[in-house]
Amino acid sequence: MAADDATSTGEPAPLIEFRAVTKIYGAGLAAVSALDGVDLVIQQGEFVAVMGPSGSGKSTAMNILGCLDTPSAGSYRFRGIPVESLDRNQRARLRRHYLGFVFQGFNLLNRTTALENVELPLIYRHTPRAERHARARQALDLVGLTGWERHTPGELSGGQQQRVAIARAIVTQPSLLLADEPTGNLDTARSHEIMELLAGLNREQGITVLMVTHEPDMAEYAHRVIHFRDGRISDA
Amino acid sequence: MIWNAFLLALREIRRNVLRSVLTILGIVIGVAAVIVMVTLGDGATRQVTTQIESLGTNLLMIRVGQHMGPGQSSNAPPFSLADTVAVGRDVPSVRAVAPSASQSMIAIVGNSNWSTSVTGTDNAFFSVRNWTLESGRLFSDGDLQGGRSVCVIGATVRKELFGALDPIGEKIRLKSMACQVIGLLQSKGQSSMGSDQDDLVLMPLRTFQRRIAGNQDVSLIQVSIRDGESTDSAKGDLERLLRERRHIRPGEQDDFSVRDMKEIASMLTGTTQVLTALLTAVAAVSLLVGGIGIMNIMLVSVTERTREIGIRLAIGALEREVLTQFLVEAVALSSLGGILGILLAIGASLGLAPLLNVPFVFNGGIVLLAFCFSAAVGVIFGYFPARRAARLDPIEALRRE
Repeated sequence: MAADDATSTGEPAPLIEFRAVTKIYGAGLAAVSALDGVDLVIQQGEFVAVMGPSGSGKSTAMNILGCLDTPSAGSYRFRGIPVESLDRNQRARLRRHYLGFVFQGFNLLNRTTALENVELPLIYRHTPRAERHARARQALDLVGLTGWERHTPGELSGGQQQRVAIARAIVTQPSLLLADEPTGNLDTARSHEIMELLAGLNREQGITVLMVTHEPDMAEYAHRVIHFRDGRISDA
Repeated sequence: MIWNAFLLALREIRRNVLRSVLTILGIVIGVAAVIVMVTLGDGATRQVTTQIESLGTNLLMIRVGQHMGPGQSSNAPPFSLADTVAVGRDVPSVRAVAPSASQSMIAIVGNSNWSTSVTGTDNAFFSVRNWTLESGRLFSDGDLQGGRSVCVIGATVRKELFGALDPIGEKIRLKSMACQVIGLLQSKGQSSMGSDQDDLVLMPLRTFQRRIAGNQDVSLIQVSIRDGESTDSAKGDLERLLRERRHIRPGEQDDFSVRDMKEIASMLTGTTQVLTALLTAVAAVSLLVGGIGIMNIMLVSVTERTREIGIRLAIGALEREVLTQFLVEAVALSSLGGILGILLAIGASLGLAPLLNVPFVFNGGIVLLAFCFSAAVGVIFGYFPARRAARLDPIEALRRE
């Protein structure tokens, strides 16, 4: 982490900075407040676990963190950029360059090989074909799927599919990896393998990892655990 | 990006071969129908023009009345043999002039009978209409002057009445007269209007007038113009002469018509072209229907692939890029339909042209136009589904199962 503090201003902008972030769905009497004035700072290089019962606002928070959604009120700065002032396409560019997503349901493209799935983000970055192949192979290598490049999701086990999804998320060398219950569909042994992988990526590649989980065992891999309750961060 | 989108589109099409084929069927049929119509229409037009040109572009036809076809009955007086003589004598650009009068009737030989057209004329008819004899002889002066009962028959009449037998010297019964066959015409085949040109019997005009018509009328005067002379100025001369002979006062309308083959050709091809345009318009409607089919399937495809779209948007695809992907897919589908339609049309035209007796005329312009149109159908009908895909909310889209 010391290497990241080398900027001349001394105190670098945190990777993520929530100030009184509020998200309200609906309007009038039907309005539901999903997030209610959340403050949160996450520094580059952290491994943070997010926990909380369903309906606590953690999914909403993850959507805003992932620049898929914007707050109704408050400010969200990602690398110092005020995300709430960006339009849809600007947020897409931000995701394209700095974010990697791992979803609970893997969300791979069916009938498309592992290699092509991993290449997908690079296509939207207009990376030349040869480099795309090389980097996708490298990413699959990193998650331990050497030799499985030509297999489609249907031919892979759940653990392998999640590894493909992780490879797809890290192939762009993002500064933030968002994982939404990455072990939700896996057995214990597979879950620990995936957590080892994420911890390793955080440690060795310096990728900041933000992970939603229901399982305390998995949260133990993180440096820090944030608990959500009723749209706020509670100090558990 | 476009190339990538194109490869993606091809993969999607391959993935659902049956559905893709059914989707583009409308476009295939539409494009094929338009091209076949235009190709056969062009062929028919070409056939009419070449046949009329083979009759001789220097041929003028003078008829009583103003209209070529049926419709308006004319009480204008018929021409006489004297008019024909005057035309040959007084209009210097005339090479040959043939008077004629015709009637259709039944020709009988033994037990066979055949309804045909009988024309009274003279030897100029053969040169004016480019007829040559296969066997026998033309009319002699004696035949013409004396109004002898002799005739020259066409190939069809020979086939129907005599079969393979030699008709020369045999007798044909026409009404109450028996007429000796002295010549057989070389076959010309079907005419541009689809009638059989070989279905005719020719006899001396005087014979026809005395023995069949019972009057001195000449209903049609056919004139061939000398090479190098203008048909327009010849027409002018003929009209002046005939107005004078028929005592038409200045300001009064002609009660006869002089038409050259160019005019007749354009009248005939005009009809063909109107018909072709009409049929093409009907065929074009199926292109529109095909477009709606594509839109329908693209909407289904967007719904089916909502999650895929969500993934693409989440990992940073721009609206524009998703729009392009689906638009390219729609255009690829419709263009594929266009290409298949073109191939089908060329095959069908090659097959149909000989059946319909028209030449196959390849019209590159309409093929190109049909292809561009099919691609445009993809753009127009693919835009709405593509925009729907591009505007999806990634969060919602990812949640969809």
